[in-house]
Amino acid sequence: MTSTASAVSAAAADTAPAESPRTPRKRKRGRFLFRRLGFYLVAAWSAITLNFIIPRLMPGDPSAAIIDQLERVSGQSLPPDTLVSIQGLFGNPDDNLFEQYVAYLAQLARFDLGVSIVNFPVPVADLVAAGLPWTLLLVGTTTIAAFVLGTALGVAAGWRAGTRFDAIVTPLTTFLSSVPYFWVALLALWAFGFVLGWFPLAGGYDPNIPISFDPAFIASVLQYGALPAATIVFSAFGGWMLGMRNMTVTTVGEDYVLLAQAKGLSPARVRWRYAARNAMLPQFTGFAMALGGVVGGALLTEIVFSYPGIGYLLFSALQKRDYPVMQGVFLLVTFTVLVANLIADSVYVWLDPRVREES
Amino acid sequence: MKYNIFGNGKVAFGVILLSFFVLLAVFGPWFTGSVLGLDARANDITAIAAPPSAEHPLGTTQFGQDVLAQVIEGARGSMFVGFLGATIGTAIAVLIGVPAGYFGGTTGNFLNFLTNLFLVMPVLPLIFVLAGYLQGTGLVMIAFIIGVFGWAGGARTLRAQAMSVSNRDFVQAMRMLGESDRRLIFTEVMPHLYGWIASMFLGGLIGAVMAEAGLAFLGVSDSSAISWGTMIQAAQQQSAVLRGLWWWFVPPGLCIALVGTAAALINFGVDELANPKLRSASRRVAKRTAAVQRAALVPEGV
Amino acid sequence: MTFTQTMRGDGTAVTTASDIVLDVDGLSVEYASAGAPVRACTDVTFQLRRGEILGVVGESGSGKSTLITALTRLQRPPAVTTSGRIVFHPQSGRPGIDLVQLKPRALRSLRWTSLSIVLQSAMDALNPVMRVGEQFVDVLRVHDRSMSRTAAWAEARRLLGLVGISADRARSYPHELSGGMRQRATIALALACRPELVVMDEPTTAVDVVMQRQILAQVLRLRREFDFAVVFVTHDLSLLLELADRIAVMYAGRIVELASAQDLYRTPMHPYTRGLRDSFPPLHAPLERLEGIPGTPPDLRALPSGCPFAPRCPAVMERCHEHLPLLTPRGDRSVACHLHDEELVR
Repeated sequence: MTSTASAVSAAAADTAPAESPRTPRKRKRGRFLFRRLGFYLVAAWSAITLNFIIPRLMPGDPSAAIIDQLERVSGQSLPPDTLVSIQGLFGNPDDNLFEQYVAYLAQLARFDLGVSIVNFPVPVADLVAAGLPWTLLLVGTTTIAAFVLGTALGVAAGWRAGTRFDAIVTPLTTFLSSVPYFWVALLALWAFGFVLGWFPLAGGYDPNIPISFDPAFIASVLQYGALPAATIVFSAFGGWMLGMRNMTVTTVGEDYVLLAQAKGLSPARVRWRYAARNAMLPQFTGFAMALGGVVGGALLTEIVFSYPGIGYLLFSALQKRDYPVMQGVFLLVTFTVLVANLIADSVYVWLDPRVREES
Repeated sequence: MKYNIFGNGKVAFGVILLSFFVLLAVFGPWFTGSVLGLDARANDITAIAAPPSAEHPLGTTQFGQDVLAQVIEGARGSMFVGFLGATIGTAIAVLIGVPAGYFGGTTGNFLNFLTNLFLVMPVLPLIFVLAGYLQGTGLVMIAFIIGVFGWAGGARTLRAQAMSVSNRDFVQAMRMLGESDRRLIFTEVMPHLYGWIASMFLGGLIGAVMAEAGLAFLGVSDSSAISWGTMIQAAQQQSAVLRGLWWWFVPPGLCIALVGTAAALINFGVDELANPKLRSASRRVAKRTAAVQRAALVPEGV
Repeated sequence: MTFTQTMRGDGTAVTTASDIVLDVDGLSVEYASAGAPVRACTDVTFQLRRGEILGVVGESGSGKSTLITALTRLQRPPAVTTSGRIVFHPQSGRPGIDLVQLKPRALRSLRWTSLSIVLQSAMDALNPVMRVGEQFVDVLRVHDRSMSRTAAWAEARRLLGLVGISADRARSYPHELSGGMRQRATIALALACRPELVVMDEPTTAVDVVMQRQILAQVLRLRREFDFAVVFVTHDLSLLLELADRIAVMYAGRIVELASAQDLYRTPMHPYTRGLRDSFPPLHAPLERLEGIPGTPPDLRALPSGCPFAPRCPAVMERCHEHLPLLTPRGDRSVACHLHDEELVR
């Protein structure tokens, strides 16, 4: 900002009445979150509607084709509820568009996502529910780990900008962040699974151990999950690190960091409470954008490792043209991403007291 | 302002690397055909899944196809989708982002809402669903899909930048004088955004190359085309990992990584040029400062 | 009775050696660059007496901002102090400490308790995600480990009260205060650990004239109460004429004149100082044509040989282009100008 601009804004701010801070700040935050929630609800509605429109726009009659396939697979004609559910999702020749839409919404409210073609007669909702915990486990832990690792490394490099540490770590991380997830997955699988034999080559857990919470099973989950998780963290932390590094460098140049140093505070305090704390804020807004990509990357990784999550489910569905599963997964992933975004927004609001009205 | 672009090592290296791949994409296939005498699609039955050798410098695939030839051929496919996808994505980002920033009110809000929507939507599952219905698409269609789903991030940045430029006094003054909005946007606002647009394009390039690879990996691509992505996919299909055929999937992935690094380095270097705080934190400046300090025999540190 | 006394109301003291709080000798600062280094400050020498207000005035590029970061050892690359001493004499009578050679740890213990700083833009100077009071508390507690959080918060509120900010605002965030309040808060912050020297970098540039007056009045009042010396850097000479005891005029990285405020105003010796003084209209005198200073400040990378002001000087002589005039004492003031060379004066 030029000095004239800051002079003008300072003068303007001077004439503004000094308001009592407590109530308005809380109200502002509440209003902000409320608006974000509204946006996410609209986004969710858009996804639902998109899901409704796509099959009805496609050439041919997907609904009839699916029903055909289902009957072929099951070797009998479909029970009436299944028929209704499939038609509700993919197109009902009898009702008009509006009636279909209403029926569709009602169906979704009952969590009825249809029946899988490949795994007939398992309902899509059940399949998705089975795969969801695995994906959440994988994506949840790795996203947080990548974020924490990337941010910490970014602060370290940004604080030491210009030193040899920075000159080595930053280009290296740039390279790592340009590497496609699934390729790293293949590489890791080959190196650590095939060549070295340290980790299993497929699956999420040892199929011989029954699913429960006892230590043997948990150990096998960790063993099977190690390589996919490591791959994702390895590929994902780079983006966080570079953004944080640049933000840290910019923040370190700010006057309040200079003043903090002038105050004689310990370097650690200046680095974390003054610099990092401020540099971190854009990371959270970036989190929203990154989440979509993280989910995508995780899906691909699941495929490479045959990890029993939603990604793998989606992939098999795509290969076999199992439309009900594909669309069900799409809806679910969308909702999860929206919820995660809302959580990120809430954290941001808590971190930054300056939160503005505009979203 | 004139900057010494090539004085910055990162940018120079990135530009050279990227140019190499562009040249490879344009001239490579001719080169492999005429000079090396290799055909990416020919099946050499005598060398099935053979490790690198004098005859096949990067080995062969499960089908006896020369990997080096495929990588070079694949450069064309991947770079084509990369550039086309980046162009489409950047174009849409400009068309939506700049007006969103320039026009406030309802238009701006609507465009902003659209941007946020695409931003938040998980793109990959949506592409799956679409791809499921569109059987076997060509590279152009892939580039188109990538562009249409990847513009949101850029649009958001452009909106913020366009807004800050549009709120400056000179633009407001011209608006009040009755200058047409279209003229104002093109002649006054856009010139300030060229840097951002260029950086967005580079980012879009690597994004598109990676996206194409990802899509190909999932089987959503032109099965007859050769790109780095289809190579990796074919390798995966043929259980290259289990068979230990590392030379099949390592080179194409490496190429993608290198193209990405090149684009990222260029962006990084340009960032440094544009942001004086980043510039004074660069290694070059640090070295120079240290040299002066040593000469002055003064202890450093704050 | 002069107009300055209505603002300050105290007399001057006789100078003795122990009265000097800061002794700057031959300070030079360079900016490392690809070509020849840029000398932002060259051979800056002055002495600051205890409780004195020294104003430093100059145009942009005169080196005054560089001087501040050099004095307080807050420089960032590419700035480097290449020579000189900054000797700080603590009140306690202990021997002087050369700030230039001081190791970081010792420097940190000196910070804020002996030497503090007020920056130009208070909005940028305060941590936006930290409550205002907390920013007092952390500096209070780092320099006095025995102080409890409660005691520190009480002290923070008291300090804010000194500058007219009510205690309940201590828990506000910086963006919730008005611009003037923020600036006053940073001044209160600078006094938190009772320093002997406060460096102020254009603290009133970003505020309107009315607020400027209030802030300056407050600084003077606080100085009478706490007795600290001030180095006040600004481009506004008229402000310094009312505020400062002595004024140093900087040009192209050098001090070209150093004198008491009255002497500087009445009888400026350096043509540049005269030009500065004549650049602003007095409020009460009759309207007359304003004289600016023709030309622009020199490029520090390509300084002319001889006096850097020579290209713009209305009283330039042959000698000025060849020999660089050095800052030489003339009685109780100093000037760097060939017009006042011994031979000519005689």
